Amino acid sequence: MSEHLLSIILFTPLAGMFILLLIPSRRTDLIRLWANIAGFAGFAVSLPLLWRFDKNAAGFQLVERYEWIPSLGARYIVGIDGISLLLVLLTTLIGALAILSSWSAIQEKVKQYYAMFLLQQTGMLGVFLALDFFLFFVFWEVVLVPMYFIIGVWGGPRKLYAAIKFFLYTLAGSVLMLLGILTLYFQHFRQFGYYTFEIAELMKLDLPLGIQQWVFWAFFIGFAIKVPMFPFHTWLPDAHVEAPTAGSVILASILLKMGTYGFIRFSLPLLPKASIDPRIVKILVGLSLVAIVYGALVSLMQQDWKKLVAYSSVSHLGFCTLGIFALNPNGLAGSVIQQINHGISTGMLFLIVGIAYERRHTRAIAEYGGLAHVMPKYATVFAIAMLSSAGLPLLNGFIGEFTILQGAFEANRLWAAIASLGIILGAAYLLWLYQRTMLGQITNPKNLRLPDLNLRELAVFAPLIAWAIWIGVYPKPYFEVLEKPVAEILQRVRPEYWEKASALAAAPLGVLR
Amino acid sequence: MSFLELLWVIPLAPLAGAALMLVLGRLLDPQASSQVAVAPGLAADLPQPHGHGSGHHRHGAARSLISLLCPGTVLVSFVLSLGAVFELSSLPGRTYELVQFTWIAGLPFLTQSGAPARFSADWGFLLDPLSAVMILVVTGVGFLIHVYSVGYMGHEGGYYRFFGYLNLFVFFMLMLVLANNYALMFVGWEGVGLCSYLLIGFYFHRKSAADAGKKAFVMNRVGDAGFILGMLLMFSVFGSVRFREVHEALASGRFAAETGSLGVLTAIALLLFLGATGKSAQFPLYTWLPDAMEGPTPVSALIHAATMVTAGVYMVARSHLLYRLAPEASMAVAVIGAFTAILAASIALVQNDIKRVLAYSTVSQLGYMFMACGVGAYWVAIFHLYTHAFFKALLFLGSGSVIHALGGEQDMRRMGGLKEKIPVTYWTMVVGALAISGIPGFAGFFSKDEILWQIYSSPHGSKAIYVVATLTAGMTAFYMWRLIFMTFHGKPRMDADTLARVHESPRVMTVPLVALAAGSTLAGWIGVPKVWSFLPESFRAFEHWLAPALSTQASHGTEHAHGAATEWLLMGLSLAIALAGIAIARHLYVVRPERVAALRQAAGPLYTALANKWYVDELYDAVFVNGLGKGVGSAMARFDSRIVDGGVNGAGWMTRLASTLSIWWDTWIVDGAVRLMSFVVKAASFPVRVLHTGSVQAYALVIVLGAAALFTWYLVR
Repeated sequence: MSEHLLSIILFTPLAGMFILLLIPSRRTDLIRLWANIAGFAGFAVSLPLLWRFDKNAAGFQLVERYEWIPSLGARYIVGIDGISLLLVLLTTLIGALAILSSWSAIQEKVKQYYAMFLLQQTGMLGVFLALDFFLFFVFWEVVLVPMYFIIGVWGGPRKLYAAIKFFLYTLAGSVLMLLGILTLYFQHFRQFGYYTFEIAELMKLDLPLGIQQWVFWAFFIGFAIKVPMFPFHTWLPDAHVEAPTAGSVILASILLKMGTYGFIRFSLPLLPKASIDPRIVKILVGLSLVAIVYGALVSLMQQDWKKLVAYSSVSHLGFCTLGIFALNPNGLAGSVIQQINHGISTGMLFLIVGIAYERRHTRAIAEYGGLAHVMPKYATVFAIAMLSSAGLPLLNGFIGEFTILQGAFEANRLWAAIASLGIILGAAYLLWLYQRTMLGQITNPKNLRLPDLNLRELAVFAPLIAWAIWIGVYPKPYFEVLEKPVAEILQRVRPEYWEKASALAAAPLGVLR
Repeated sequence: MSFLELLWVIPLAPLAGAALMLVLGRLLDPQASSQVAVAPGLAADLPQPHGHGSGHHRHGAARSLISLLCPGTVLVSFVLSLGAVFELSSLPGRTYELVQFTWIAGLPFLTQSGAPARFSADWGFLLDPLSAVMILVVTGVGFLIHVYSVGYMGHEGGYYRFFGYLNLFVFFMLMLVLANNYALMFVGWEGVGLCSYLLIGFYFHRKSAADAGKKAFVMNRVGDAGFILGMLLMFSVFGSVRFREVHEALASGRFAAETGSLGVLTAIALLLFLGATGKSAQFPLYTWLPDAMEGPTPVSALIHAATMVTAGVYMVARSHLLYRLAPEASMAVAVIGAFTAILAASIALVQNDIKRVLAYSTVSQLGYMFMACGVGAYWVAIFHLYTHAFFKALLFLGSGSVIHALGGEQDMRRMGGLKEKIPVTYWTMVVGALAISGIPGFAGFFSKDEILWQIYSSPHGSKAIYVVATLTAGMTAFYMWRLIFMTFHGKPRMDADTLARVHESPRVMTVPLVALAAGSTLAGWIGVPKVWSFLPESFRAFEHWLAPALSTQASHGTEHAHGAATEWLLMGLSLAIALAGIAIARHLYVVRPERVAALRQAAGPLYTALANKWYVDELYDAVFVNGLGKGVGSAMARFDSRIVDGGVNGAGWMTRLASTLSIWWDTWIVDGAVRLMSFVVKAASFPVRVLHTGSVQAYALVIVLGAAALFTWYLVR
């Protein structure tokens, strides 16, 4: 049983979905209950990872490997390292909470809705667990479909536009990514004489810079659209605005991380020469810095609550990609931590918009104001989420931003200086949003009797707040978990750098001189 | 268990109070939840709060609990601080470090010099003479202000929320001053900023309060970005952010030889100072502090006068070795301090809001502290920080008592003649005014005079800065006594109704006033001028106490480059200027008040500029808020939806156009060819088709006709 831990984690939501399909559609409460059980079970089965995972072990752990399509060389290989560990745990938790948050929001086609969520859950977990490119690609594409329907069926007024835009945009990216994958696949055949999609095998490839660059850009399109990096980000505000709350939460917290994960897992170690190519680094860092400042500035002027949070994601993800292409330990580790942080903070921010939306059915910021008077618990939770997103020390965001800045600073001081603008602007747009929605007087009579958070809603926020505080106060375990995988990536990308820095790996904390 | 080992409890006690208030406070004080602020006209829609009247009684006990608990936690911290400082005084080297756990542990990496390093920041505390002074000020003055708040906030809603925030503030402030490294100091640094935001916006139903809180937070963030970058640069140079290690590296001089440039040090020092200008409201980041007066008055006293705003001074003093090695940065500190001091004092001359006068005064006094830092007299900066905490807290709490007595009035033009009505407030405020004006014997005299003397005599000092500082001292005396005279002397200018209800504040408020007045009188006597050699050395204990922390040798007697005669002369000069300021204020606001208007006329545009605070707020609004923020933001938002998204939609449109064209092509050309073919075939087959009518009669007719034709042809042939 336990040697299949990852497969159990991967397929529990799918199994839950199949059982869900057996429940008659009219029994909506039973469907809701079952979906929540399945969602929670999906989270529960991932918990053994906390003690099964060995932070000192090198390489991938809990690996399972089976032949799948031998004629193609495609295998079922799953495994985790510190990076995927954190993302898997984020996925299982956010997935369960997203399902819990939908209880009263979704009243139509309830069965199909939850089925889509559970299917999506398996898709996303597969992306983070797969160690075979073919398998990865299958899961990558699987994720598209449920999200398309979630936006397109349960979304807002312009749901069709948003859903199609989301689907086509990301699909276009994945097609190019597929071309990149196939290039590696055929190159591998040329060099070794057999076909395989296995990542570990593909890493043995010795490709000239030219080919690496082509493949890098092909991957780039796929991942950059997903992240999304400037200027490929415009599908995001539309998708977020139209998606139902839980869809936005999943989209922001997890789906976007598939892009950054792709860069870390595939672009860097598979294409090391291209990844340190100064021109490529300059472009990628440039786009990240633009995203940070630009996303924040655009955020500042949004009149739509959800759109504001969506653009803030662009800014925050800019930090994540900046960390990756700082190409040093703190940049990478900070990026992964910030990906988790963004999942927590922005997840909360979308849940917060959703709660207001469920009560008032509008996302226009001008419709609100003074909510803190009638919804004090809600205002408190919002304040915590805002501060976590703005990077206040002792909450999670600070650790991520600070570590990324440290990495960026090490690579180029100017990068860090520009990125720090994002910290200032981040405070500005969040505080202004908070002021316009929560503070002041209640000017709209419709807001006078809004009910405060109920117990279920509080239960959705509680674990996220606890997690935010944990990372903020005691982030050490996260750095420990990330140390090995980051080392392995850097060993491939910048071997000589790593050799020198690792003189310290065994040493106690502090400075060696 | 010694007090030193309990160091970690000092910040945690108020945190416990805060946690209790913010999590359970609502249960203790549910009255708060029924307070809904609505725009006029909506009030009728409100659900009526049930049991409002009886609720007051029921929750009286709960309120008493809050009133005991929250000041109590600060008292606990104060007692523990006293104990710890007492034990510290007998430790060799007077330093005690307590590390609890590693807070941030980064990954190993290479610094720019190529050395491997690993970022690490402890959750650790450092008690040395410098932090000792700070924790005593924070917990001591903090406790008095908590007690005062019990009275001041007694009638207000959100009682638990207020005390929760206030306790949280004390926690973060203690973290700030007790941290043993810059990163943890930054936790306190940002944390006090948060509490400041929460407390400025305490009356958040007022837009002005919410605006002021936001302004404070965002402006501080600008400084914080500088702090973070300074910290990163510091780490890349020294490989540590721990005070002790940075200190050792700087003291060893090893580092200067290694990098061979002092430019880096100047950069670190200036970046950190950018942080200090934000937190301590110095030019150019000072405009948030006057607006912060939107908060309840005890908050102004505690956060925006006595403690938080002095954090920048503390941080610079904490980094004194760095600033010593970066003379350009030190010069910048002194110049910014001097400029801010006179700028703020000039604005304070004409303000009419009693709290705003005090706010500008605080900005100005902080400028003095930075001047002292800039000329290398760190202990004097801390000395002024310490005396200022007493008299400025006193003045704020006194103004709060006045506002309380007048039912919320803050405009001094509607005050006057309160001297006899609220005597305790009056006399304590007079003590505060004497102290800030620098009248000998009162606390402010000792510290301010020492600053002036140091600016004049220190090798890093400057005569120009001295002139500015002395002028500012005169302005200080003027605006402060203008405040006293406008508020308490002359004829009452409020309406009769308000006048009838003027009352002295309750004991819970006046006792802290008296205690602070005592402090404002006595606190300075541990730092008397060196020329007062008739007093024993113990009257100069403050400098000696701080000497180990600031790595200075406390100088004995008057062996300075400048003679004792000069010092006496300067002392006399500053006293004369202060007395002149008081005299002018008295002349204008008590003896000949009608002259004020004439003077305003005469000053013309200068007066207008002062009254409008030199238009700095307007400038910032135009350039940063509306220009770079909203202006560029809207432009970017338009760019995003028109150009970037326009590109995407354009691609979609192009695809659809191509698709439409393809359909047309498909319909008319591709399918057209097929249909043309069919048409041709059809056309060609037309003659044939005409015959194929499918009608038997027709066929029969054709057969008959054909047969007839054949027959005819046969016959004819």
